[in-house]
Amino acid sequence: MDFFIVQILTGLSNAAALFLVASGLSIIFGVTRVVNFSHGSFYMLGAFIAYSLMTVLPGFIGFWASILLAGVAVGVIGLIVELGVLRPIYKSPELFQLVATFGVILVIQDLALLIWGPDDLIGQRAPGFEGVVKIGDQLLPSYDLVLIFLSFLVLGGLWFLFNKTRVGILVRAATQDREMVGALGVNQSWLFSGVFFLGSALAGIGGAAQLPKGGADLLMDFNILAPVFVVVVIGGMGSIPGAFVAALLISELNVFGVQFLPQSTLVLMFVVMAVVLIFRPWGLFGRPEIVGSHGSQGPPEAPLRAFSGRLWLALAAAVIALTAVPFFGGTFLQVLLADVIIACLFATSLHFILGLGGLVSFGHAATFGGGAYAAALLVQFSGASMELAMLFAPFAAGLLALVIGWFCVRLSGVYFAMLTLAFAQVVWSVAFQWGEVTGGDDGILGIWPSAWASGTTAYYYLVLTVGLSGIATLLFMAYTPFGYALRGGRDSALRSEAIGINVRLVQWSAFIFAGFMSGLAGALFVFAKGSIFPTELEIARSFDALIIVFLGGVQSLFGPLAGGVVFTLLQDWLSRFEYWRLFLGLMIIGIVILLPNGLVGVGQWLRGRFGGPSNKLEEAQEEAG
Amino acid sequence: MLELERINTFYGRAHILHDLSLSVSDGEVVALLGRNGAGKSTTLKSIMRLVGAQSGRITYGGQDITALPAHRIAKLGMGYVPEERRIFTDLTILENLEVGRQPPRQGAPDWTPEKLFELFPNLEERRNNLGGAMSGGEQQMLTIARTLMGNPKFLLLDEPSEGLAPVIVEQVAFTIRELKKLGLTILLSEQNLHFAKLVADRAYIIERGAVQYDGTIEELERDEAVRNAYLSV
Repeated sequence: MDFFIVQILTGLSNAAALFLVASGLSIIFGVTRVVNFSHGSFYMLGAFIAYSLMTVLPGFIGFWASILLAGVAVGVIGLIVELGVLRPIYKSPELFQLVATFGVILVIQDLALLIWGPDDLIGQRAPGFEGVVKIGDQLLPSYDLVLIFLSFLVLGGLWFLFNKTRVGILVRAATQDREMVGALGVNQSWLFSGVFFLGSALAGIGGAAQLPKGGADLLMDFNILAPVFVVVVIGGMGSIPGAFVAALLISELNVFGVQFLPQSTLVLMFVVMAVVLIFRPWGLFGRPEIVGSHGSQGPPEAPLRAFSGRLWLALAAAVIALTAVPFFGGTFLQVLLADVIIACLFATSLHFILGLGGLVSFGHAATFGGGAYAAALLVQFSGASMELAMLFAPFAAGLLALVIGWFCVRLSGVYFAMLTLAFAQVVWSVAFQWGEVTGGDDGILGIWPSAWASGTTAYYYLVLTVGLSGIATLLFMAYTPFGYALRGGRDSALRSEAIGINVRLVQWSAFIFAGFMSGLAGALFVFAKGSIFPTELEIARSFDALIIVFLGGVQSLFGPLAGGVVFTLLQDWLSRFEYWRLFLGLMIIGIVILLPNGLVGVGQWLRGRFGGPSNKLEEAQEEAG
Repeated sequence: MLELERINTFYGRAHILHDLSLSVSDGEVVALLGRNGAGKSTTLKSIMRLVGAQSGRITYGGQDITALPAHRIAKLGMGYVPEERRIFTDLTILENLEVGRQPPRQGAPDWTPEKLFELFPNLEERRNNLGGAMSGGEQQMLTIARTLMGNPKFLLLDEPSEGLAPVIVEQVAFTIRELKKLGLTILLSEQNLHFAKLVADRAYIIERGAVQYDGTIEELERDEAVRNAYLSV
């Protein structure tokens, strides 16, 4: 009995940080409709800032003041992000905001590395709460009780704020209809900034308060992101009680899971999420998003144009040039170009669901790494040949996409994004934790191509043939009836349903097909490198594909190719600098704000400026007329 | 008090209002009449800048408000009652009123929930009910009451009689006349000429985004040709 009480209390105290971060994320989303992906970074900053403050402010008062001040400091940082990064793009499509907050993650990662260094920091114990309390014959750190108290305090405080104060009532009203609140004379800018401050401060306090338990390290941002997304998906986006209940549920499951099924802790969390989503797709306390009620979709996309003769010529020239590379280019260039082609295939497969289907996946690495691992495992355990492994990998990745997609296509918009990210984290954690099979952190080594393809030039031609075929298939699919149905579902799900298209089935099929192609890219990757590590499944890898698509321009079919070339070369160049994430992050933010149509958009802008049609709509009209 | 000079408004590429001009004087009740889709709601939304007019000028009390954001226009004493009502369904009636509350304003009645409950007795007993749990008629009362909490001098009412039972329509008409007595200036859009006759001094008829007719309500009553051309279905 005592054992259970202690376990329950431990779970409650673990829930504190999760609840604080998740409720902050929920509050910000409710009013601004922005899913702040950098919320995990705010949590991390809270821990680091509190650590530094505690070294300056001594004693009992100093400890608690540090936690509070860290919250305020992170709130101010959140405010800066809101004003500097998000305010200019509130009217842009969701993807832009998500990508911009990812830029913020990169910037904060490197700034934290710059300021606090790479080593894990061990948190100071809380003065007055260093000891343990005895419950029967069981021991519980007394600080756990503090954390439990803190989460109830925050829950009560938020309840009071939202139900008993004018600001809280305005926030709730704005969550439902912010334009109407504006028409009633309330300046929304203040509300936006206010909730950003509050939400960020909560994340900061969450990070600071767990310092005596978990310390501060540079992985905290991504580590909390998946559980937090699981919590808001289970609890229902925008619901504080939902965040509380779900944080509790997940933490208790973890605590008891460790006792009874130690291998299953990470998976358990996602099983619960899956079960909740089957019965309540909008979470326990959430409500369905009314499609189009927030009007953040931007103007409708122009139809795709048929390939012109000039385009065919340009493509043929590009293929001939790539084929000729080994005759004049050295090994380095061939390896680099193989990387570029693999990145392009990976990104084009994402663009297929994102650009054509409107499904913003934040977990595309799951199928890329999934395909790579499938190929590597087949070689490792059955000694299969490269050819067989490369054939097997896309099907394995497609199967993975089939499972993940079944859950995800039930949701749309930011929910879809969060869910895909969460599932990708499951795949990552399996690869990371299941050491006997996947080698865990050490990865799988020695996965080399067959003898005939083992030379640099031979493998380059293999990548060129397979990669370009994959890309061509993806592009071709855009012009098939299936591609039309996919685009129809993106532009209007209701109208598509009305003319007899099963939108969900089309989206699911597209998700599987994109997974298949992404898995193929993964297979090409693993034999190019000779090894595979869990890093290929990380959030950062999913974001690589997103950034490529984004760089190239979401609305352009050739965007991922342009983006893939630029991004791979840029990364190759930037990664020579120690703080390359900082540059990349700043660049992403700059592009989101200044070049909303991506590189292809810049090309169109230039053409418009120096003669010729200026934008896609006009071009489409000209084509039609 | 309110002047619209040759405004043009677009939804995306669709050109809705074409060089539309109109004016409302202090203390008047003016009706915008016209069929569905004529541009009545868009006119009111353009005034409130919920959709921006791309050209033309809107002045209110002598001040150019064409480019002001909606909340600034509301702060100048312009109250907007939307056609879709847009009640905050998750908030109670009292909380809905609180969202609309603004400081007292010189030259406008000073509203409190208690005073509004005298005007809309149905709302009082349900003050702690959720906005989403109310009937259409009650929601229409609440949306007017919520806007009045901002103590406006000028009221924009978008189709106040739409979809309501006849007895509620009478009540809305009574309310509008009461507000006129209190000195409010009102511009309302309406498809129902009968309702307009109950409340308005003057009317504009809008068709295809432009003013087609302008006169007093009595003149319009006498002019059967105009009524047949623009208002009969």
